Amino acid sequence: MKTKSNLERVLEAGHFAVTGELGPPASADPEVIKTKSKFLKGNVDAFNVTDGQTAVVRMASWAASLMGKEEGLDPIVQMTCRDRNRIAMQMDILGIAALGLNNLLCLTGDHQKFGNHPEAKGVYDLDSIQLVKMVKDMRDEKKFQCGDEMRVEPHLFIGAAANPFADPFEIRAMRLAKKVAAGADFIQTQIIYNVDKFAEWMKEVRDMGLHERVKILAGVAPIKSIGAAKYMQNKVPGMDVPDAVIERLRGVPKEQVSKEGIKLCIDIINQVRQIEGVAGIHLMAIEWEEAVPEIVESAGLLPRPKFST
Amino acid sequence: MLISEQKPLEEILGYLDREENIFLIGCKGCAAGWESGGEKQVTEMGNALKEQGKNITGSVVVDMLCDSTLTKLKLRTHKSELAAADSILVLTDGAGVQTVAEIVDKGVHPGCNTLSAGGAHAEWKEAERCLECGDCMLDYTGGICPIARCSKHLLNGPCGGSQNGKCEVDPDIPCVWQLIVDRLTKLGQLNKLEKLVKPKNWSVSLISGLPTRRVS
Repeated sequence: MKTKSNLERVLEAGHFAVTGELGPPASADPEVIKTKSKFLKGNVDAFNVTDGQTAVVRMASWAASLMGKEEGLDPIVQMTCRDRNRIAMQMDILGIAALGLNNLLCLTGDHQKFGNHPEAKGVYDLDSIQLVKMVKDMRDEKKFQCGDEMRVEPHLFIGAAANPFADPFEIRAMRLAKKVAAGADFIQTQIIYNVDKFAEWMKEVRDMGLHERVKILAGVAPIKSIGAAKYMQNKVPGMDVPDAVIERLRGVPKEQVSKEGIKLCIDIINQVRQIEGVAGIHLMAIEWEEAVPEIVESAGLLPRPKFST
Repeated sequence: MLISEQKPLEEILGYLDREENIFLIGCKGCAAGWESGGEKQVTEMGNALKEQGKNITGSVVVDMLCDSTLTKLKLRTHKSELAAADSILVLTDGAGVQTVAEIVDKGVHPGCNTLSAGGAHAEWKEAERCLECGDCMLDYTGGICPIARCSKHLLNGPCGGSQNGKCEVDPDIPCVWQLIVDRLTKLGQLNKLEKLVKPKNWSVSLISGLPTRRVS
């Protein structure tokens, strides 16, 4: 064990892992986190706290993570390269570890153009792969990016993202290999609706032996409405929503659509579970956290493993 | 005027590690003015490379290398010398290197770092090619610059927002990593991207280095 992460323990013990996601509020309200935590507790092994997703100002990931930890959850702090340079990142990494948070997901970040401050200066001093390497060197070599040594290193379980649906497809598995070489311990993928394409990517991943070097959690998410499905299909960069998904939702009466969305999510969980090399799922019920218990239970993923110490 | 200086010979030799036959290109414009890639420097570089055991298949110094029409015409007269070369070493700023990469289906190595546009972007309105980062990495990307043309300045490949060859930020902007992957695939050098690129030294860059610098 590299860390005290519950997620690491679950994965090391060979369980099929479940991670959730919590979007912090666009305000200073701590109650939102407490309420959302209730739906996640006992249903997931760890949960991501987004870092200014879609470049909209929200509560800092580490702060909301700390509140989630106080609710008894294992938070995965997200960190993007968009808003911080290497100096700020390393300061935050030290603080995150000192607060007893155990997981860090390293991301490039959504471009500032998409958010509520499109005039902001994007930083991108590092890219996500360089961030992974920097955290790994801090943890395993006790070294800052500049090479200086530190006395107490941050024990963090290092995550990174992968998008099997973005272009150019031929570079996607290689990019995963780079993240693994840089030091990623686990990977969470983009939300999967096109299972065939995901399976094709996983085959490449297996051919490169990457599934044996990193734990891959398949991204899944329930769809609440046909509008949301079409929005993801047309407007969200790097998403692949096949027409068949929209047709399936259209095939039920309007009041049944969200239920069908949950069923579809469960079906996808069952399908990706069969794919060799998938070590778990990352369930992103964004602004629909109350759907988590039903999905996890219906997919047969309860109870979640518990460890005595 | 793009201001450039030659990279250390050691770095250039690193690029040419597995290549023997080199074609050299310089420019009578900015690079000649800054003594980084004029007639004299191209000759000197040829001699230096010969000393290191390289074979120079030929060389040319174009009047304005960033003028792609002119460069195309000029390179046509060196067809066989180009064909005999394993790769091309370009002793100019980043704009000139990328002009050559656009014309020739061969590996192109940058021989210089671009320090500054000296206050002017003459040739590149709406098609900025060089952001004067001061530490040229066009060798790794097949002669197409991700610093200037990736919305996130990514150095280790495309983000998750590249779709159908376009950048997530604007459907009119090509994803530069798609262009890089296409070109390296064409050259049979896609494995170049396997390398983990270290965090960039931005201190030599106009983007976030010193606001002005003295140029002698």
